[in-house]
Amino acid sequence: MSRRKTERLLSLVVCLLSARRYLTASQIRDAVPGYPESFDAFKRMFERDKDELRELGIPLETGTNTPGEEEYGYRISRQAYELPEITLEADEVAVLGLAARVWRRAELAGAAEGALLKLRAAGINAEDLSQPGIEPRVRTPDAAFGPLWEAVRDRRPVAFGYRAAGRSTAQQRRLEPWGVVNRRGRWYVVGQDTDRDAERVFRLSRIEGPVTFTGRAGTVVVPPDTDVRAAVGDTGADQPVWRTCRLRIRAGAGYSLRRHAISIEADEVPGWDVAELNYTETGWWSEHLAYFGADVVVLEPSDLRDAVIGRLKGVLA
Amino acid sequence: MTEAAAKAGPAGRSTASTPTATERLQRLLALVPYVVSRNVVGMAETAEAFGVTERELVDDLNLLWCVELRSPDPYCPIDLSYEGGEIVVSEAEAIGRPLRLGVDEASALLIALRMLADLNLPSISDGSALSRTIAKLESAAGSAAGPSAQVAVQSDRSLQSAAALVTDALTQGKRIHISYYVPGRDEATERDVDPMRLLAVEGSSYLEGWCRLRDDVRLFRLDRILAIEVLDVAGEVPASAEQVDVDHGLFRPSPQDVLVEFELSPAGRWVAEYYPCEQRDELADGRLRIRLRTPDTQWVRRLALRLGEDGRVVAPPELVAQVIADATAALDHYA
Repeated sequence: MSRRKTERLLSLVVCLLSARRYLTASQIRDAVPGYPESFDAFKRMFERDKDELRELGIPLETGTNTPGEEEYGYRISRQAYELPEITLEADEVAVLGLAARVWRRAELAGAAEGALLKLRAAGINAEDLSQPGIEPRVRTPDAAFGPLWEAVRDRRPVAFGYRAAGRSTAQQRRLEPWGVVNRRGRWYVVGQDTDRDAERVFRLSRIEGPVTFTGRAGTVVVPPDTDVRAAVGDTGADQPVWRTCRLRIRAGAGYSLRRHAISIEADEVPGWDVAELNYTETGWWSEHLAYFGADVVVLEPSDLRDAVIGRLKGVLA
Repeated sequence: MTEAAAKAGPAGRSTASTPTATERLQRLLALVPYVVSRNVVGMAETAEAFGVTERELVDDLNLLWCVELRSPDPYCPIDLSYEGGEIVVSEAEAIGRPLRLGVDEASALLIALRMLADLNLPSISDGSALSRTIAKLESAAGSAAGPSAQVAVQSDRSLQSAAALVTDALTQGKRIHISYYVPGRDEATERDVDPMRLLAVEGSSYLEGWCRLRDDVRLFRLDRILAIEVLDVAGEVPASAEQVDVDHGLFRPSPQDVLVEFELSPAGRWVAEYYPCEQRDELADGRLRIRLRTPDTQWVRRLALRLGEDGRVVAPPELVAQVIADATAALDHYA
């Protein structure tokens, strides 16, 4: 019976919070109604109750009242249990309301709601005071987010199937995760790849199948001064080498190319302009230029020109 | 309106489903301090704050009132009354304060607050409310605040000048004029827009507004706004304008849209991550077939050129023919 269980758990919490000393299991059974008569059955139920209270974050302590006492007892320290005093000004409540909406329908939505409930219980009137006209949201569409957040939070190593860009199959990877970062709307996990023995970044959308925990909580050591934002932002590439290309662009077209051009002048052929632009990577840039189809022609360099021709021929292959 | 429906109840907590014993325990442990910190509080207001019906609230209060400890002497640690629609807790014993924030709870708020700080929008960053709230929460959460530092949501900070002008226009209720780049058509368009909201979703910021060129609600990505000017004209958003439902994805295809089918090689699989797909089927050798709907096939033709052999449009047939004609015309320049 769920109601009886709620009553029992609530009585247990009140009993242990009120106790000034550690209470033994028998003392608890005498004080809290709802436990079975048989001592073994009581012990089993009490063990489950303790686990459930700890899962809620209730700091249940074990100890003895005097050194050398044989039987351990239990109590909940008020200081460890109670949310410290917190008061918020009106403008602080407003940003809190906005923050609580950020996760709506995403992974930590329930946690945000739970936090808000406790803050309300602490006397804060956190009604829906969001700023008019601003709606920030984070979404967690990747199934891997939940287990990876747990792994990062609890410092546990994980394993998962990962399909790297351009690979036809997923590979099993093992990781000691340090952090999870959302960059340009995509989630990444950064950590120590234990097979490669090096720092690696994985994109969550490319994780296939379940994320499994491969070790106990607390076993992952995040190197001091790790900045997870910086780790994900750093693509590992060396300083980009800039190159210049010359393009023929049809008049009135290639708007975004013109914005970034170093120079533009009219071509001898009427209806066309010639522009110079800087780029770093031939592969990506050739894809970008192929996008403009018959409106853009690469004049030079020849490797870029060949790359674009290759792209376009690929369409017809 | 969908948005209004989503707002009902505190953050969508369902009142219909029966909570587990521990969920209900959490609620009860918050209910007592909620009343204690307010001295006296109305039943209706409390029920709304906890996302329960007044009947469920009465049941909660009765449960609290009935708590009894038997040893050494029987006593009832909690005393309360709820006569005349108002709740008063006269004896809260040990549960007069709420439980500390858990790691997930502290993290959810702290990650979100730091994301807002990273967005650095003038209307919410002015006056240091964000940094003050973050500091107070960190202090209240204690060690539970730690793991939140391992999660970060970065936003595009290059858009702050546009975002500042949009929020200005929003707070003043002014119309704006923008030059807006439409990549699918590779052109810049000029239009007047009456701003409705500023959305920061999935790493991009959007202006939602009533577009006077199209006479409809449109989303404008801030990084595609080439120029923006706040006009000295009041914005007029028609009462019929419907806000986009942010929580169900910004772009929802309509059944009238064209259904496009792509076959992607492993190197082209990124397309399935970038565009909302209606269906995805794994094929042999890591290839993927996706279906997506779009009102405008112009960008699909360009995407097909960009993909080359990494992705092929396979349906509808007229689009396949257009893509082949586009590639042939482009190659003619190199002949």
